[in-house]
Amino acid sequence: MELNFNHIQAAHCENGVTTSLLKNIGVKQITEPLAFGIGAGLFFVYIPFLKINNGPVIAFRTLPGLIFKRTCKALGIPVIRKKFSSREKAEAFLKDRLAEGMPVGCQVGVYYLTYFPKEYRFHFNAHNLIVYGKEDDNYLISDPVMETPTTLTSYELERVRFAKGALAPRGQLYYPVEGKPVTDDQIKRAIKSGIEKNVRNMLTIHGSITGVRGIKFTGNRIKNWRDKLGPKQAGLYLAQLVRMQEEIGTGGGGFRYIYAAFLQEAHAYNQMDELLDISNQFTKSGDLWRTAAAQAAGIYKGRIGSQEDFNTMGNYLLEIADIEREAFMALKNLKWR
Amino acid sequence: MKKEDVPQDVSALGKLTTEVCYATDSSGKYVATQSRGWEVKITALDTAWEDIEGRIATAKQKVLNQEASPLLFFMEQGLMDINLLADYTGFWKWQIRRHLKPEVFKKLSDKKLQRYAEVFNVSVEQFKNGEVNGA
Repeated sequence: MELNFNHIQAAHCENGVTTSLLKNIGVKQITEPLAFGIGAGLFFVYIPFLKINNGPVIAFRTLPGLIFKRTCKALGIPVIRKKFSSREKAEAFLKDRLAEGMPVGCQVGVYYLTYFPKEYRFHFNAHNLIVYGKEDDNYLISDPVMETPTTLTSYELERVRFAKGALAPRGQLYYPVEGKPVTDDQIKRAIKSGIEKNVRNMLTIHGSITGVRGIKFTGNRIKNWRDKLGPKQAGLYLAQLVRMQEEIGTGGGGFRYIYAAFLQEAHAYNQMDELLDISNQFTKSGDLWRTAAAQAAGIYKGRIGSQEDFNTMGNYLLEIADIEREAFMALKNLKWR
Repeated sequence: MKKEDVPQDVSALGKLTTEVCYATDSSGKYVATQSRGWEVKITALDTAWEDIEGRIATAKQKVLNQEASPLLFFMEQGLMDINLLADYTGFWKWQIRRHLKPEVFKKLSDKKLQRYAEVFNVSVEQFKNGEVNGA
């Protein structure tokens, strides 16, 4: 059984799943940048007292599930989301939805995800994919990271749905319920509320380790890493920063570009030229995140590594924090029409 | 980033699929483009793996020296710690700590070994003998 479903490749898995599922129920205006912006996906947090994979915990996006939840809510689309304690029930529920003709989003772990290359298979549990059919023992999978659809056997799918560890998905699945068609006016309002939410997340809440202040905090911490951790460990920390930034869900640089793309698309719904100027600021920030990543690479490859090089690295983040503060302040002060 | 600056350094993922990347075209408008990978990301991943390989080698030596059971080797190779392994196998953490001792490991029943072997994607025989990828 294969449902009528279009695979869409995306820069980020949750954006992609959200975009595909919404398109599938008839929200024809939705694009990846719109889903990301309306879902207020841009974020930053560095948690100095936690570690994963023996390195620092740094995230460039909101908590898993929030982009989908916020985007659907802002567009007035009801959502079903379920976790399961039993593997049998989890599969039965999925089969029932497929029988009803409903493609379903699943949160999965990537460690046992067989179609990923081994180098990428860490214990990371916030990946998202769509199941859109079943043929014999194979589930048909639309994974937004991949160019083309793929498959998993029922055993393989169960394994990734019940991956263990931090953010264990516990069979979690979700899908939007078809409702009234979404109007351009609704999109316009959703854009505004998404921007306002993102402004709050980056500028005002959660203290000093999140948002723009978190970036600044991290920049200052990096300057101490060489002395505090020793060159080798400091290199590993920077490699982890870059992996969180650019790889795991196309973080920092990539996310800034998606947000810049979102502001351009927002301009089509609300012709305020400020949106285009602010979009350029996010492009600048994205470029600088990439410059910082290249600097970090110099350090973890051992090409450079003096205290001066760590200072330069930290200063890039301070500069980014300034650019993003200004950009979000400009968004905050927009006079919406 | 401009479209023509999108890096195309082939990564492990790049052999299987391109990645979507947003970049600006000549008029400054954002478009979705494809990237095969980026050198900076590839070396970040390599750096993480070098660290892991080092820990696996240390574990292997401990197993050979009879200071630890083959379980330590598989745990490191599986990028796991005792917490995660407890979640996957259903054993208590204190049980896993005991199973890391060679003398306790030798007496484990096949049923218990099977629980580990499944998590590590190997047969019970391979698990017992610490044989995988030439260990």
